[in-house]
Amino acid sequence: MDKRKLRHDIILIAVCLFVSLALWLAVTLLKKPGETVVVTVNGEEYARYSLDEDREVVIETERGRNVLVIKDGYADIVDATCPDGLCERQRRIDESGESLVCLPNKVTVTVIGGNGVDFVG
Amino acid sequence: MKKINKIALLGMTVAAAMILSYVESFISFGVPGLKVGLPNIVIVFLIYKLGWGEAAAVSFVRCVLTSLLFGSVMSLAYSLAGAALSITVMAVLKKWDKFSSVGVSIAGGITHNAGQIIVAILVTGVEEIAYYMPVLAVGGTVAGLVIGVAGALVLKRLEKVKIG
Repeated sequence: MDKRKLRHDIILIAVCLFVSLALWLAVTLLKKPGETVVVTVNGEEYARYSLDEDREVVIETERGRNVLVIKDGYADIVDATCPDGLCERQRRIDESGESLVCLPNKVTVTVIGGNGVDFVG
Repeated sequence: MKKINKIALLGMTVAAAMILSYVESFISFGVPGLKVGLPNIVIVFLIYKLGWGEAAAVSFVRCVLTSLLFGSVMSLAYSLAGAALSITVMAVLKKWDKFSSVGVSIAGGITHNAGQIIVAILVTGVEEIAYYMPVLAVGGTVAGLVIGVAGALVLKRLEKVKIG
């Protein structure tokens, strides 16, 4: 292989990894422990729940249904009618800015900081 | 190359890309949108062997067909956005001639993820999806590296095969 191109490739890989690690670090450091989850359907707010209380919520949308479970300070989608089921496979969330997304049903569940103040990214 | 040969070759590469996206649908890392990008092997191959126009056409047909067969209208929007962005970037980088096919493929992997994220933010209106970008960027780099090496091997093996 062309040595000059190989060197450029390695620089490219290093820059990509460095930038994404820096982004990662920034996102992690900026995160605050969240206390509330906001559920939106089709971009509009559907409901807010505190992460302190355990509960099970069924989110009904025009496109389908998602079951959200809040337990031990974590929010998780455990059941959904969407075809791909990607939202069920996402890990449970508890930190400000983290979200669960169900694209087919256009449902999102996002953790925001306490005191009802929206997390500004 | 005769027109008919080209049609046959492009048809075959679409089929190969579709099989690769089907195989890929079984490989999940638990992060939505994070994929190996196996069909990109075919696209990288086409960009180097025939040109970016043919690669774009095959990629477009591949996206439409796989979305019809295994996905949804939304998955079509995401994959088209990702594919369009990554092919544009790969075509420009290939023309710039500073990177090997591995570097070009890495750039393609990352921009594919970026394109999908941008559309996901536009569709759902949730800016927090951007938090996935660092994970997807690392994933895209590693995946692009693997795919780039695989693509380089394919190109090397087929170097002596006369196409066009």
